[in-house]
Parts: sequence; structure tokens; C-alpha cells
Amino acid sequence: MKTRYTYGGDEHIYVEVDDEMSLDAFFKSLSMSNAVRNANIKGVTEICPANASFQVRYDPDVIAPEEMMKKVQELEDKAEDAEKRLKTRIIEIPVYYQDPWTHETLMRFRERHQDPSGTDLDYAARINGFDTAEAFIEAHHSQPWFVSMVGFVAGLPFLYQLVEREKQLQVPKYLRPRTDTPKLTVGYGGCFSCVYSVRGAGGYQMFGVTPMPIFDPDQKQSYLSDFMVFFKPGDIVKWKPIDRAEYDRILAEVEADTYVPRIAEVDFDLEAFNADMPGTNAKLMEALNVV
Amino acid sequence: MSFKVIQPGLSTSIQDLGRPGYFHLGIPIGGAMDRFALRVANMLVGNPEGAAGLEVVFMGPQLVFEQDALIAVTGADLPAKIDGVTQEGWAAFEIKAGQTLSFDFLKSGARAYIAISGGIDTPPALESRSTYPIGALGGIEGRNVQAGDVIPVGETDMIEPGLSVPENLRRMPGRPAELRVLPGLYWHRLTAAAQEGFFRDDWTVALEADRMGYRFKGGKPLEFVEREQPFGAGADPSNIVDGCYSYGSIQVPGGLEPIVLHRDAVSGGGYFTLGAIISADMDLIGQLQPHTPVKFRKVDMAEALKARAARKKMLAAVRAHLG
Repeated sequence: MKTRYTYGGDEHIYVEVDDEMSLDAFFKSLSMSNAVRNANIKGVTEICPANASFQVRYDPDVIAPEEMMKKVQELEDKAEDAEKRLKTRIIEIPVYYQDPWTHETLMRFRERHQDPSGTDLDYAARINGFDTAEAFIEAHHSQPWFVSMVGFVAGLPFLYQLVEREKQLQVPKYLRPRTDTPKLTVGYGGCFSCVYSVRGAGGYQMFGVTPMPIFDPDQKQSYLSDFMVFFKPGDIVKWKPIDRAEYDRILAEVEADTYVPRIAEVDFDLEAFNADMPGTNAKLMEALNVV
Repeated sequence: MSFKVIQPGLSTSIQDLGRPGYFHLGIPIGGAMDRFALRVANMLVGNPEGAAGLEVVFMGPQLVFEQDALIAVTGADLPAKIDGVTQEGWAAFEIKAGQTLSFDFLKSGARAYIAISGGIDTPPALESRSTYPIGALGGIEGRNVQAGDVIPVGETDMIEPGLSVPENLRRMPGRPAELRVLPGLYWHRLTAAAQEGFFRDDWTVALEADRMGYRFKGGKPLEFVEREQPFGAGADPSNIVDGCYSYGSIQVPGGLEPIVLHRDAVSGGGYFTLGAIISADMDLIGQLQPHTPVKFRKVDMAEALKARAARKKMLAAVRAHLG
């Protein structure tokens, strides 16, 4: 890992902690961006943490760019020593894989895809060495995921699977982005899963859909009463495969504003995870059983 | 006080100076694309500079006022008419209760700003009235203006009409439009030839040009420095591990067509960015029509800050002029 500092125009400083994805890079980015926030530097207007990088927006009329750069660089050592431990939560997100709506959409944009003859899931399964789409789906939901970034559009989470690098699923993005993606599509690009918080353009492969809203400016759902965006970096997600009947049942609850997702408070310790991934994951998922 | 929308125009939205503070959640700052024009329009009618007005794209709306008000239209040359009588741009004029504000065809520029004394008074969302349709925030029910909307305006003591801004204190892009770029971010991903070619080539504004971003075409494809793609980035050489995007940053998916992210930017993604348009030139982009020829000019940080200071000075000159 070699940290790279650069400017984004005259109003942003961009820090790439590593050019490849890892939880170590995520934790260092998060610690550094937290350190910048805690330093209360005059002139800073926004701090955006990402997967393995972060960005600081500042007002160059208040603080000179070189001065701002120096202050951010000085915080690197401090972040290095920070504990790689989080008090967080695990959330069970129901997913209706191979649903009719993403299927209709992926058929409409087939000419923009690497494999126009199949579906996104068939393609993802094949290039990751699985015999069937069902086996790939199993790999997608059997181990939990870590929210390593929130962004793109309103409240969209990027998720990184908590497994060894050899077991990471990797899928390219569409050759050319689609102009449409159904709301709440569970997507995949690079090594990241995502949930499209709103309907719109997108380049990630489409695997399924969740009935659970994760962004609502009207904040109708009880779990969105504090803020209109559900996810934050550090959240842990367990996908739960559901069928059409369960999808419809949950959707009815969502429409009645009575749906309550299963959420449990957990601790995540990167060192403990690195030492024993299956054991750590089993414990994380067990926490959901007592909800 | 309010006014009624008879015709909405092509894409008319309520905008102020935006909602900073939520970009880390994917909610962009938004607000007027040409902030200078909105500020000046507000000054002309005696509003605070950040009051909400209408951002009009290419084609003007038709509005009927239920009470007397002061109006100013700045930005693009889109001549305003009151009951058919043409009014000066960049100047304050009075509209009487029952009169209709309409517009002639666009002569130059892309976005006009309509300020109304008292300012538009729709309910703010996350401290701003700016419309962000993707997230259904601000504006009227989170959307652009539609026929039949009745838009509330704040109460105010009207100042005298007649203020105007002379031409030397207005700002519009030249032709070709020059956009200054500070190289940075993932600039190192391009070969030396591509770095040079980007600034040497002639570009034009593509049809995909909106509040989220402006696309450009016509230049040669950009070549990348060869490397083994980092884990998690994706196979295309223009891919990176998804990171944050700066406002004004220039991404070039596949090395083909540069896209400059603007006020309604997506907050992050998986494409490399070669640098960013300097803050002083962001307003100009909002005035570019499709097919406009564009040159990107390379600057360093010192020049970027000098240009920023010049913009501040110009705004101060307008304030001084209008007293």
C-alpha cells in the first residue's frame, strides 16, 4: 500500500490509499478521513470516504491548497496507528434473485453486454467458474458483505464480500452503461456488489432485486426515520434469498410502512477477521439469529 | 404571493446555491449551474444572492403572476417578454398582477436564470430548494416545473426597478469556449501522447449534456499507460477501484468521450479522471449548447487560484455597481 495524494481542481484533495481493493485499504481510508474530520480544519466543507480512497473538499479562499494538502498528509501516521475495529451492525437484506423486472431490463440492453446470448447471472457464473447460476447465487449470499462506500447516487452502497481474495467474485461492468436500472436492483461490478437506491442509469450487472427501500426522502419507513439514507460505511450485510411469494409479502409490509428489517449490533475487528474468516463470519451471522 | 406555470419550457427547475454536506452519501451539491448568473439576477431584484430562482434550459416558460413583482433574467440571451413586450436582459423590470412573462427564442448561451423579488419559497429539502430529480429532493415534489404548478414566492418590500448590469460585467463563454483544466487525480494513467492530445484536439459539446455532466466528442481516443489492472478495478484500462469524484472532474470511459461532472454529479464511480475543470470556469459550462466547439487549456494551481480571484473580483464589481 502506497498512499498517493493529488488535487481534484482547486477545491478538492484526493487521497488514494491503495490502487487495489482490500479491507486494509478501506480501514486506513476511513481512519484518515475520520482524522481529517476530527481535526476540524478551517475551510473543509465535505469529507467523502470511499473504498480505498477518500476526498476532501475545501474552500481555497479560506485555506491555501498546499496548506490543506500538508495538513491531510500529516494525519497519515496517526491513522496508521488507529485500531482497525468497528462497532457496527449486521443487516439481513432480502433478495429476489432472477426476478422478472431486472430480467426485462437486461434483455432490453443486451447489445451493451459482453454476452448478448445469455443473462447477467449466467455470464457471471460462467466467468467465475460456476456450473450454474444457482451455484453462483449461493456464493453471493452465503458469506456476508461489508459496506465500503456509499455514493454514486443517493445512498447507494458499494459492498465488498468478507472472503479470501481467491474466493472474491469478479465481474466486469457492462460494455456501455444502461440508461435504465430498476429501483432496488442488486448489482455487481468489479469486486463490488451494490443496491441501486433509485431508478436510473447503471453499468453493473443485474442479479436480482430487494423489496426493502434504502433511500426515501419522505422517510416513511421506520428504519429511515432518523435519516433518508439507510446505509453507512462499515455496515455489514447478509443477503437472504427469497422467492416471489416472500417478495410480495415484504412489499405489502413496505407499502403499509410496517416492514422492519432484521438488524443486530456487532463488533468487527479486522485482525480477528483476517486470522479466522469463516469463524468471524459465522459469529456475525449468528447475531442475526437472536433478533 | 405566487405565480402560475402555463408552459414549463423544456427543462425548467427551481435552483438556489445548492446543498453542501451530503456528497458523502451520494447527494450532490446541486444548485444553479451558472452561479454567477443566479447571484446577479437575485441582486437585480433586491434578493439575497442565494435566493431560489428558475433555471431555464434552451426554451423559456410562460408564467402568469398573481401579484406585482420585480423580475430579472440573466445568463443565456433568452429575451423575456411581458404581455408580448420585450424586456432587457441583465436588468430588473416590473411585472403587474395578471400579466404574463414569456420568452423569445434563445439567441446564445444555454441557461437563463429568472429571479423574482422575494425569491421562490417552496419547502427546502436538506436546507436547499434546489431540485435534484434523481433523489426526488427540492423543487416541487422533487421534480422540475410542470404546467399548472403554482409556485410560492416570499413576501418582500419591492425595490425600485431599473437596475442593470453593463456588458463588461456579464460573463459568457467565447467561441471556441475555453475551459481551463488542472491535471491531477488519475492523470498519470494517460500516456504522454494522450496527455498532449487531450489539450491539442478540438472537442465539441455532445448531446448528452445536462446538470449531472457534460459529454464532449471529436478528439482522438486517449491511450493508457499499460499495467496489470489492480484487484477490484475491472478489466478496462479506464477502470479504477470505485472512488470519489470531484466536482468538475473529467472522466473518459474507455478513453473515448470526456465527461465533465457538474452540479448534480454522481459522487463516485469506477472510471479514472484526468483532472478537473477549475472552479472559475464551472459556470461557463452551464452556458454551452450542444455542438459548441471547445478547447481544454492546461493550467497549474497558481493560475487556477488567480482565475478564481478574478471571478470573485468580478462579482464584487457587480455588487459595487448595483450598490
